[in-house]
Amino acid sequence: MTARSLLDRTGTLIGLILVAAIFGALVGRQFFAPANVELMARQTAIVCMAALGMTVVIALGGIDLSVGSMIALTTVVIAAALRDGASPIVASAAGIGAAAICGLLNGVLITQLRVVPFIVTLGTMLVVRGAAKGIAEERRIEAPITWLNGLLRTQSGSLLLPGGIWAVIVAALLVGAVLRYTRFGRHLFAIGSNERMARLCGVAISRTKIVVYTLSAILTGLAGLLQFSKIAVGDPTVAIGLELDVIAAVIIGGGSLLGGRGSVAGTIMGAAIMAIIQVGCTQKGLASWVQQILTGTIIVVAVALDRVRSTRI
Amino acid sequence: MTAAFEMRGIRKTFGATVALDGVDLSVAAGEICGLVGQNGAGKSTLMAILAGALEPDGGSMAIDGRPYAPRSPIEARRAGVAMIYQELSLAPDLSVMENIVLGAEPMRFGLVDRHRMRELASAALAQLGHQDIPPEAKAGTLSVAAQQLVEVARALAIGCRVLVLDEPTSSLGRADVQQLFALLERLKSQGHAIVYISHFIEEVKAVTDRFVVLRDGRNAGGGATRDASNDAIVALMVGAAQGDLFPRSPRRRGDAILDVHALEPGSASFTLHRGEILGIAGLVGSGRTRLLRTIFGLEPIRSGRVRLGVVTAKGESESRRADPRARWREGMGLLSEDRKAEGLALGLSVADNLTLTRLDPFGPPPLVFPARQQAASRTWIAKMDIRCAGPTQPAGELSGGNQQKIALARLLHHDVDVLVLDEPTRGIDVGSKAQIYRLIDALVADPDAGSAPLSTRKPKAVLMVSNYLPELLGLCDRIAVMRRGRLEAPQPADGLTEHDLVMRATGAA
Repeated sequence: MTARSLLDRTGTLIGLILVAAIFGALVGRQFFAPANVELMARQTAIVCMAALGMTVVIALGGIDLSVGSMIALTTVVIAAALRDGASPIVASAAGIGAAAICGLLNGVLITQLRVVPFIVTLGTMLVVRGAAKGIAEERRIEAPITWLNGLLRTQSGSLLLPGGIWAVIVAALLVGAVLRYTRFGRHLFAIGSNERMARLCGVAISRTKIVVYTLSAILTGLAGLLQFSKIAVGDPTVAIGLELDVIAAVIIGGGSLLGGRGSVAGTIMGAAIMAIIQVGCTQKGLASWVQQILTGTIIVVAVALDRVRSTRI
Repeated sequence: MTAAFEMRGIRKTFGATVALDGVDLSVAAGEICGLVGQNGAGKSTLMAILAGALEPDGGSMAIDGRPYAPRSPIEARRAGVAMIYQELSLAPDLSVMENIVLGAEPMRFGLVDRHRMRELASAALAQLGHQDIPPEAKAGTLSVAAQQLVEVARALAIGCRVLVLDEPTSSLGRADVQQLFALLERLKSQGHAIVYISHFIEEVKAVTDRFVVLRDGRNAGGGATRDASNDAIVALMVGAAQGDLFPRSPRRRGDAILDVHALEPGSASFTLHRGEILGIAGLVGSGRTRLLRTIFGLEPIRSGRVRLGVVTAKGESESRRADPRARWREGMGLLSEDRKAEGLALGLSVADNLTLTRLDPFGPPPLVFPARQQAASRTWIAKMDIRCAGPTQPAGELSGGNQQKIALARLLHHDVDVLVLDEPTRGIDVGSKAQIYRLIDALVADPDAGSAPLSTRKPKAVLMVSNYLPELLGLCDRIAVMRRGRLEAPQPADGLTEHDLVMRATGAA
């Protein structure tokens, strides 16, 4: 591990510890009780899952603004499938598949039209949101209750944690391994760090980008599944603006919008910082505007500190 | 005649490199002075200082006898110094007149006075004798030659009296060049002081009154242009012969391995053999880099062909598809001239940069184990004496010479047969240069002759471009000269001198 990547992660870790200590002091010892930690984990699971995908996209030097819309589309597709009698597994697969198609579309548009990702995904953000509303006929889709609704519910049995949390953990380990231990991972960091060099070195740039956007969309689809589990209906207006929380988690975790940087560990810590602020503010009885000001400040401070750090080295 | 501007004892260093070491230059009002010198002689640095883009470390400047020390290009413009660069700097979506008064718009009641603007622009264009350019036209719709005129008009509109033209003809056709020369004569008769920078000796001969030669950051000579022969000017540019810095192991020309036939762009035809170094000389902008990039598949082949592999009647691999991925697979690697923008990913580790093109030894696909990747990198770090903290250090933290060794080590790690090297020693320290020379020589050495090449296998083939002529003459077996986008047939390096190469590259021969 290089000095810098160590700093990247310890920087975020120090931030995490500070934020935790402050709210621990404000709220009291019960803030760190297992039940409360689990509450925070459940609060952040959706953002965290989508942020895993965003980590990969940002490391590639891209951005995906259509994440919130994809989550809404996923909930709608799952609910519609369940309503029409599909089994929970089939319905989930259909929802995640719908998200994957959106990601594929993003990747193909970005690479074939050579339009910057910000613009393409700004467009698909609206297109996908519109598609979700169209499928749902601008209403919520009521779905029969299945075991999918328990994914983020506290378990009394042997699992210790809700299934949804386990899913995030497994996905994080997988994405981390892909970034670190595969040729694909090396290639995507190369593209994110210097696309011209990647081309010179014979990296298949378009293919890698398309795979990255699709992979990210699958993770977003999983986040959509967790969202469905939480709200139990297909809601085409859910998760508006969620992409910004997701991007914030990656940036606080040391990802750079210039590409070439970002880690799963950092992203998870970034998401955790945001969850602590959210839950802490609620429990301390602070209004949501305080929470927003805090989160916004942390984003700017994190990136400013990061600049100081990377110019000094 | 009084000097319109005067530069005395100008010094400038960049890190350890001395770019200018006490250079003098003065140009009188109503005089055109040619500034010549080889690539890297210090012309651009000197003019950047005159134009306020760089601050000198020492020396003094004066305009019309008054001390002059601009801290920015804007200050320089206010003092009357204007640069016309190779790359045009107009705003293409603004009109000609808006461009001409840009930054000095005539105002009336806090609003731009368009009437006055048109007058100013028309006056400036009339001064150039080019009322034919419509002031309302968008600058981007004009020809390159007309855009250049607009740039000159802009300089005149704000009252500039010292004009520096840096390679102004590089993107002009013949008729436009004549038109430009006529314009320069006109400006001269109006009492402007003009510095004319060009690689082309015949242009300097045609348009200047006086010339000044820079070499290695010093004044190498000069005089009245009409008294100097092409030969004399080139002799001043080249200077005395250099000592023999270049190793030469025994080489034996092996199989033909790269065959380039009637390749466009570049008009290139040559065959490269194992155990051989073929050099390409030529001016910056003559199309050398483009030729290498076309061969490597980074730019499209318009016509002609590139054949790689052992060139025999049977079993040859012909590459119609221009694609760097295919080239690496076929055993060709390119070292980019632009290390920071294309050669390396400065944010990534030494190991990632070094091994990116060939990751398959580091685990069963698709896996890449960082430990194995780093172990392989450590071997190259040791072999090539790369000074770094270790294989995980970001490449951007290393010195230029060590970065270049990483970029070169990538080709060796990939074990390519054909190394295409674009400026392999640009901007690196002397020690690293010598190491890279030894390395390139070892790659093509005959293994039967008892030398110790890096690879125990067959000797490699090297195709290289360099601005530094002693390097080409010292390393290469054959050298081809590129001039205005066309590659001449390669010639044995033995009979060639720096003088020959400069004469041919500049069209003086």
